[in-house]
Amino acid sequence: MPEYLVRLVQVHESFRKAELLALAELGGVDIDFIHYKEDSPFAVVKLPSDLAAKKVVSRSILSQGVYELWGQGSTYKELHESIKAHSSSRWSRYEMAPFRFVLDGYRGAKSQTEQLEIINSFSYLGFKGPIRMRDAEQTFHVFEDYDDKAKTPKSLYFGRFVALSGRDAKTIYDLKKRHYISTTSMDAELALLTANMALAAPGKLFYDPFMGAGGFPLACAHYGAIVCGSDIDGRSIRGTGGSARKGQTGKMDVQGNFKQYKLEGQYLGALVSDVTNSPFRTVQTQGGPCHEGYLDGIVCDPPYGIREGLKVLGSRDQLNATELATHLERFQEEGYIPPKRAYSFTAILDDVMAFAATTLVVGGRLSMWMPTANDEDIELAVPTHGSLEMVSICVQPFNKWSRRLLTYRKVACEQAVAAGSGAARDPYAKGVKADELNDFRRKYFQGFKELERQRGEDGIRAAAGDGQGEDD
Amino acid sequence: MKLLTLNFLTCAIKTCKTSPASFPLHPRDAELEIIESEINLPFLRNILPRLMWEEIRVIASELGLPSLPTTPPTREDLVEGASQAQATEQAEGEAVAEVEEVPSQTAKDLHRILLETGIKEGKLVCGNCAHEYKVMEGVANFLLPGHLV
Repeated sequence: MPEYLVRLVQVHESFRKAELLALAELGGVDIDFIHYKEDSPFAVVKLPSDLAAKKVVSRSILSQGVYELWGQGSTYKELHESIKAHSSSRWSRYEMAPFRFVLDGYRGAKSQTEQLEIINSFSYLGFKGPIRMRDAEQTFHVFEDYDDKAKTPKSLYFGRFVALSGRDAKTIYDLKKRHYISTTSMDAELALLTANMALAAPGKLFYDPFMGAGGFPLACAHYGAIVCGSDIDGRSIRGTGGSARKGQTGKMDVQGNFKQYKLEGQYLGALVSDVTNSPFRTVQTQGGPCHEGYLDGIVCDPPYGIREGLKVLGSRDQLNATELATHLERFQEEGYIPPKRAYSFTAILDDVMAFAATTLVVGGRLSMWMPTANDEDIELAVPTHGSLEMVSICVQPFNKWSRRLLTYRKVACEQAVAAGSGAARDPYAKGVKADELNDFRRKYFQGFKELERQRGEDGIRAAAGDGQGEDD
Repeated sequence: MKLLTLNFLTCAIKTCKTSPASFPLHPRDAELEIIESEINLPFLRNILPRLMWEEIRVIASELGLPSLPTTPPTREDLVEGASQAQATEQAEGEAVAEVEEVPSQTAKDLHRILLETGIKEGKLVCGNCAHEYKVMEGVANFLLPGHLV
């Protein structure tokens, strides 16, 4: 298989490889990583063809493009030798094509004269076609990778441009330009990434049980999926009750978002419902312990209990006879609000896992976010379920905490592990107050003191301020 | 909410869910709306085997929509002249694989009912416990009152 260079972006590093692997699986393409490093934006992979390379990268959010790799080296001398040794058979194919050269430096740059000199040093390729800076048929890229503040690049790559990535979707779905958002809307880049990890694609059915203003369903619809969602708070779906955006008036709702991006036909609608009392059907396979699912993917960012309270239906205390009677008498009245109680975060993750195990089709994916403190002692255990196989864990670090995107795949009934859920069974399920129920919330509002102390003991000065640590 | 969602929803009350009468939920006093969209053959093809056909027919007839055939259509029924296309494909190899598929009337009808027709206002009623779930502005409310949780 020929080698390709994927030019990645240097953000959300731990998501990059997982995203490419997910997109390769979606496209049914074999991908082999030859060279990949978290601290480098250049990955060398093996892919069967240009078409396959395009299939994988054209949807990628965390790369910029993919190039057929013609050579690499740590100096220009080595690069030229490598090109001559490995790619001379390809040169004649592009002899007459209109072309251009581009120099792309990471953490370093060259002046115009130096750039020209470098480009001219490739004259041995013997391209006779016209040079066109616009509408060139072939674009050749020279990549320079510098160490921070270094004068000379540490590694060089040369490649023929194959396809652009899908990173421009990040700009299209930018929250700043979106019709309707809420206080905890997920950043467009990460929402699209989540949709990629869950393999959203045309023909598939996706669901978000904590939709809020519908950012995740919207991202999945962008990739062609038919989507639906639910939230315990109907106001965020219907959009009445005000908007988080200053000066925004009129009818702003989730439906409007789908209209804005012309994806209305892919929006099935939304429900007001609670994950612990979900109305979604669960069909038992005849005679077996497994469920026949109907969802191709579930994507969600459950409320962490920090900026968005974690509530489910029910009352804090057992209702007595009079209270029960009052509810029975009043529930059909206009303006009746069902009672809700605080709930444990670990328990809700388990509930989502159990729901996914029941409703996903075999091979369907669950991509779910969960927060954790950057402190080993109080790290929340990653939830597990016998029918869900872990695909990847990607981490977005903040100052004192981080959040992780967990991706699971539903396995066929025969492969399901009998143990079921339970590894992360919740020790706090008996509490009633939010702090007792949610370990992460408690640590968060204590300012992660244990972590601070640990850092102090290690002789590292604890970072001042909270920085970006509030992004929920 | 588009009618397709009704094929996935039962009563939210836990004790009700196990009863076959809780599925499907029955629309009552429903005000329908139609939002037109482009027909999506890959989706219809994908979702077809997952549909509970009898229940879709029940809902369609309860809403006074054109009645659906008694037997569920197959994937081949979704495209016009599918059998012919397959034959030529075999003869000429991969060359014809890219031919654009023409959705059949069956596909168009299904698309109309499942993906273009939605309930805007009304109620969804459980056939087992008769609990009513309100639909407002196209969003159904499945939150259970205090005494039913």
